[in-house]
Amino acid sequence: MPAAVQYIIIPLVKVVLIQITLLIGVALTVWLERRTAGFIQDRYGPNRVGPFGLLQPVADVVKLFMKEDIVPEKANKFIHSLAPAISVTIALSTIAVIPFADPIQLFGSEFKLQIADVNIGILYILAMVSLGVYGVTLSGWASNNKYSLLGGLRSSAQMISYELSMGVAVLGIILVNGTFELDTIVQNQAGWKWNIILQPVGFLIFLTAAFAETNRTPFDLPEAEQELVGGYHTEYSSLKFALFFLSEYANVIVSACVITTLYLGGYQFPYLQTFGLSPVLVSILQIITFLIKIFIIVFFFIWIRWTVPRFRYDQLMVLGWKVMLPLALANLTITAIIVTLLK
Amino acid sequence: MIFIFSNMVSLDYFLTLSIILFSIGVIGVLIRRNAIIIFMSIELMLNSVNLSLISFSSFMGDSQGQILVFFVMAVAAAEAAVGLAIIIALFRNKETINIDEINILKW
Amino acid sequence: MPDINTILFYIFAFLIVSFSFIVVFAKNIIYSAVSLFVTLFGTAALYILLRADFLAITQVMVYIGGILILLIFGIMMTTRITDSEIKTTNLSSVPAVFVSAGVFVILIIVLLTTKWNINPPVENDVTVNRIGNLLLTTYLLPFEIASVVLLIALMGAAMYARKK
Repeated sequence: MPAAVQYIIIPLVKVVLIQITLLIGVALTVWLERRTAGFIQDRYGPNRVGPFGLLQPVADVVKLFMKEDIVPEKANKFIHSLAPAISVTIALSTIAVIPFADPIQLFGSEFKLQIADVNIGILYILAMVSLGVYGVTLSGWASNNKYSLLGGLRSSAQMISYELSMGVAVLGIILVNGTFELDTIVQNQAGWKWNIILQPVGFLIFLTAAFAETNRTPFDLPEAEQELVGGYHTEYSSLKFALFFLSEYANVIVSACVITTLYLGGYQFPYLQTFGLSPVLVSILQIITFLIKIFIIVFFFIWIRWTVPRFRYDQLMVLGWKVMLPLALANLTITAIIVTLLK
Repeated sequence: MIFIFSNMVSLDYFLTLSIILFSIGVIGVLIRRNAIIIFMSIELMLNSVNLSLISFSSFMGDSQGQILVFFVMAVAAAEAAVGLAIIIALFRNKETINIDEINILKW
Repeated sequence: MPDINTILFYIFAFLIVSFSFIVVFAKNIIYSAVSLFVTLFGTAALYILLRADFLAITQVMVYIGGILILLIFGIMMTTRITDSEIKTTNLSSVPAVFVSAGVFVILIIVLLTTKWNINPPVENDVTVNRIGNLLLTTYLLPFEIASVVLLIALMGAAMYARKK
């Protein structure tokens, strides 16, 4: 295989395929969220556009396209436009290191079903999570609106606080697996050895932190409607609002991918390799397994959003710093001791 | 990770870039009055030093330079936290962060 | 035809230098912050070019995800959006340029007159393991001290920023 094909064309194809899948996933998630909300609140939800209302997201996007793009007069126009772009870029680029299945043998060469197989995959995810603050903070500041600014400040404080527990929780995984490579971590989870069994406390902490990082209820203080109007996207309309919307749901899906990869066995279906199926079939089944796991986590996100009320700001900070962080540190210490003893 | 391209850029290129970056940082520290911009210029200088350390480490085939960068980053983080706290305390008392207006020894 | 490494180096070097000029000379402080974002990212890219992948990611996490966010926080709390620094130039700007140029010339002379030790680079080298080993063996004491420094800085910052 020539180098140009191997290092440029194939990754490009992977990027396009995975991003398109992600965007379709976002549209489906928006639909799923509105339908689920409808059922939870004992109403129908969108059911007019297309079968079961499945085309509703398309209609929404078209509507947002048609709307006037309003930029507040005293806003900083450049940053105001830059912020949603940063949000979307970061939300979409996190998925680059997620492995979707075992490598496939096609046409005599091996294809990894992962855009970038880097040996510091976990750190890459944490770095991208830490960058997620930018879009929200900058948009909050650039709108020149008190609600936006408060939303931006709150969200940066919240995301920075929960990033910490998230990082410490992930350290447990690294200790157990002894690697930063996501591919290896997934392969180590073959059979019953999912990390959720080895690291139950870490899983809970990571899940909670993921809710906080994606600004979803019960941690959606940055955009708490009752106090802050729309929070950081109060002053956004039209396509820029659509970008924020897109990045929020992309973040949900990507978090589901990360949670699945780190704790729920990734694409592994227990003992699938022992059934003696052909490798290509195994890979396809693995992709399906991965998608089902993601669906379950995304549904869990939605379910929580429509059933659990929002935290107060001080409760949020107390939970982050006085409960989650000590718990994560204790988890790390105990994991380290056990790993040392079992060695 | 498989590195696909051999490293052809020579050490001098990286060091020159690092020197340019450092000089820009020096100008920033000397001519700006806003404490936060001075802060950013210091970060630029630290960054140029990190860049030169990493290029040395890479061209020597020795990881110890990278350890030093690691410590520089830790200290930079500590410095940022304390520095920002001082700047905010100053702003609370003097309503300004221009360093030439903060020229008294006590208030 | 220059090889792809050289091209990448020039692209990132150009980005870094031009945006660091904006950091230093921008009238609006938020533009400085955004330019610093680009500069730091460019440096991280150069780290990857230098095969220091671990430090590149650490750079993104610590500098961009931590320090720069703190700086933007500081800007949000101390600057109104309509503010722009009016007094950008200073009486000391001419001496400052001289000092900076002096630093530049001295460093360039050092660069040109020194014979640098260069070993052939190690192929397919994984830096994470070696850094981890060094940190927990040879550099254990500095590592511990660095964590104490961070802890003290955390407490100090919390104390300073608290309302009296």
